[in-house]
Amino acid sequence: MAKGRPIRWHIAVFLAPAVLVYSAIMILPLFSTLNLSLFTRTDGGTGFVGLQNFRTLFGDPRWSAAFWNALGNNLWFFAVHMLVQNPIGILLAALLSSPRLRFAAFYRTAIFIPTILSFVVVGFIWKLILSPLWGIAPNLLDMVGLKSLFAPWLGKEEYALTTLALISVWQFVGIPMMLIYAALLSIPDDIIEAAEIDGITGWSQFWRIKLPLILPAIGIISILTFVGNFNAFDLIYVSQGALAGPNFATDILGTFLYRTFFGFQLQLGDPHMGAAIATAMFGIILVGVCIYLFLIQTRLRRYQF
Amino acid sequence: MKKTLGTALLAGTMLGGTAWGQDVTLTIESWRNDDITIWQDTLIPAFEAANPGIKLVFSPSAPADYNAVLNSKLDAGSAGDLITCRPFDASLELYNKGQLADLTSLASMANFSDVAKSAWQTDDGAATFCVPMASVIHGFLYNADAFEELGLTPPTTEEEFFAVLDKIKEDGTYVPMAMGTQDQWEAATMGYQNIGPNYWKGEEGRKALIEGTQKLTDEPWVAPFVQLAKWKDYLGDGFEAQTYPDSQNLFTLGRAAIYPTGSWEIGVFNPQVSFTMGAFPPPVPNAGDTCYISDHTDIALGMNAKTAHPEEAKTFLEWVGSPEFATLYANALPGFFSLNSTAVEMEDPLAKEFVSWREECEPTIRSTYQILSRGTPNLENETWNASANVIRGSETPEDAAKRLQEGLASWYEPQQAQ
Repeated sequence: MAKGRPIRWHIAVFLAPAVLVYSAIMILPLFSTLNLSLFTRTDGGTGFVGLQNFRTLFGDPRWSAAFWNALGNNLWFFAVHMLVQNPIGILLAALLSSPRLRFAAFYRTAIFIPTILSFVVVGFIWKLILSPLWGIAPNLLDMVGLKSLFAPWLGKEEYALTTLALISVWQFVGIPMMLIYAALLSIPDDIIEAAEIDGITGWSQFWRIKLPLILPAIGIISILTFVGNFNAFDLIYVSQGALAGPNFATDILGTFLYRTFFGFQLQLGDPHMGAAIATAMFGIILVGVCIYLFLIQTRLRRYQF
Repeated sequence: MKKTLGTALLAGTMLGGTAWGQDVTLTIESWRNDDITIWQDTLIPAFEAANPGIKLVFSPSAPADYNAVLNSKLDAGSAGDLITCRPFDASLELYNKGQLADLTSLASMANFSDVAKSAWQTDDGAATFCVPMASVIHGFLYNADAFEELGLTPPTTEEEFFAVLDKIKEDGTYVPMAMGTQDQWEAATMGYQNIGPNYWKGEEGRKALIEGTQKLTDEPWVAPFVQLAKWKDYLGDGFEAQTYPDSQNLFTLGRAAIYPTGSWEIGVFNPQVSFTMGAFPPPVPNAGDTCYISDHTDIALGMNAKTAHPEEAKTFLEWVGSPEFATLYANALPGFFSLNSTAVEMEDPLAKEFVSWREECEPTIRSTYQILSRGTPNLENETWNASANVIRGSETPEDAAKRLQEGLASWYEPQQAQ
C-alpha cells in the first residue's frame, strides 16, 4: 500500500449534479434570505443592522402582536389538520383496504381529486358555496330545517380560521389516505392470517395489528402536514385577501410574510422585515422537523417483514 | 404551390418586418384591467392615428397586486415604458428611487391646477412626476324605481338618511343598503372616507391632522365611525362574508335600494341595471351645514425613467395632458372625472350629477392618503380593519379611533407633540 488509495473521483462526479442543483435552487436562496434579514433600507441604499430586524419583530409591541397572532393562528390551523384530516385519512384508508368494499377505485379517485385542484379554484368554489347571498349552503340547511345553524362563517372572527382549515382538510385529505392506504396494502397477508388464527379480527385487528405497522407512515404524514401548514398561504390569500380578515383572525405566517415583504395597498413592501419573518418561519419549521427526527422517529419501532 | 405560398409568406414577413421596424412600441402598466377595451378601442387608435410611428400596448395587472407587481418589475428592469401612477406615496417612492422620470417640464402640465397635481408632486411641489388623468367622487347610488315605489326622496341630512333606511327596512322588499365587510376596503373607502369629510370639514380637518393640531380621537374623526356602527342594522343577511362584487351584484340586480360607493361604478353599472339609478352626496349632520365630498385624485400616468424611448413616451404624455384626451377619457369612462382645467362636456346624466356636487360642496381627498400612510403601521390599511370592525360591531368607534391614533402617533412626529 505504498501509493495509498487512489482518489475516488466517481463519487464526486456522481454527486455533483444533485449537489449543484440543490445548492442553486435551495441553499443559496436560503442563505440570501438570511442575509437579507440582517440589513435595512436607509436613505439611498441598504445598511447592515445585525439582528435589529429581529429585535423589532419580537420587541416592538405591534410587530410582536402581529407575529404571535399569526403563529397562534398557524398552530390552530395545524391542530385542525392533525385532529381532523389525518384521522379521517386513516379511516378512509382503512375502509378502502377492506376487501368487501365495492367501487373502491372510484372512491379512491373521487377523494383524491380535490388534491390536484388549484387553490384558487378551491378557494373560489368554497367562497361561493358558503356565500350568504348566493351560496347553496344556506339553502341546503334550510331544506332540512336547520337554517338557524347557518352563519356567514368566513366573515366571523370566531369561525373564519376553522372554516378555512376545514376547507383545506377537504382538499388534502386524499394525501394521508393514499399514503396510509399504501402502507396498509404492504402488510403481508401471513401476519393478518396469523392474527385471525389467534382470534383477532375486525376493529381490534386494526387497532392491534395494523395501526402499529403503519405508525411510521403516520409519522411521515404528520411531518408533511406540519411543514405544509406552516408554509401555507394560498388558500387564505385567495379567500380572505392579504389583510387576512376579519380583523386578522385568519392571518397565518405566510400571509403575514407576504404583506410585509411585498406591501399591501398604501403600505410599501419591506423586504428586510419580510426576510426576518421568513427566517423566523424557517426556524420554527426547522425546530419542528428536528423534534420529529430526533425525538419521535428514533423511537418508532420498525418491523421487518 | 406549397413553395410559392412559403415564399409569399416569407416575403410578407420581411415586408412586415421592415414596416414594423420603424415603429416604436410603448407598453403601459396599469391596474385598470376593467378599462382594457376602452384603451384598445378608443384611446389607443385615436393617438396612433395622430402619431404614426408610435404603437401602444395597454398591459394591466390585477388591482390588488399592482403595486407589488410593478415594484418587482421596476426593480428587475422589465417594467413598461409608461406607468399608471397611484396617488401620493406609492408613486413618490418610485420617483425618489429614480424609477419615475421628472415630468415638470412637460408643456401640458400647464393644463392642470396645483390641487390636481398635488398627488404626484414632491412634498415641496418642486417636481411633478405624473400627468394627472382623473379623480373619483364618493357618494351614494340609489335605485330610483324603488324609491318611487316606496315614496322616498333622496336624503340630505343624517336624520333623513336613517329615516329613509328605516322605511326601506320596514317595507322589507329591498335590502336597505348593499355593503359587506369581507373585503374591508369597502368599509373604509365607501364608508369612512365617503361620509367622513362632512364631519372633519374636508381639507380643514385633513390638513389639521397632518399638522398635528387634530387627533383621530377628536370628535370629528370619531363621528363617522359612530355613524358606521349604526349601518350594521341596515345591511343584508350575512354581510360579514359579503364581498365587494357581492355588493355590486346585490345592487345591480335590484335587490338593494342604496349603495354607498364612488363614481367609478357608473360605467360598470350602466349596462347592467334594468332600473333607473340616482345619486346623492353624503348627507350632512344638520340641515344647512356646508357639504363636503371626497373628490379623490386617483389616477395619473408617468414615465419609466429607464425607458428606451423617452421622446416617444413624452409625446404620448403630452397627448394625455391635452383637452382631447380629457374629453375622450371622461366620456369613455363615465365616473372618472378629468382633472384637466379645460371644462369637459360629459353626456352621462349620472356622471353629470356627481360632478355637479363640486359646485355646491367643498371637495377634499381621502384623509389617509397624503403623508399619513408613510409609516408602519400604515394608517390607510389600519383604517380598513378598523372600519370593518366597527361595522361588524366587534370594536367600538372610540376604541377604533384610539387604536388608529396610537398607531399613527407611534411614528408620525407632529402627532407625538401633544
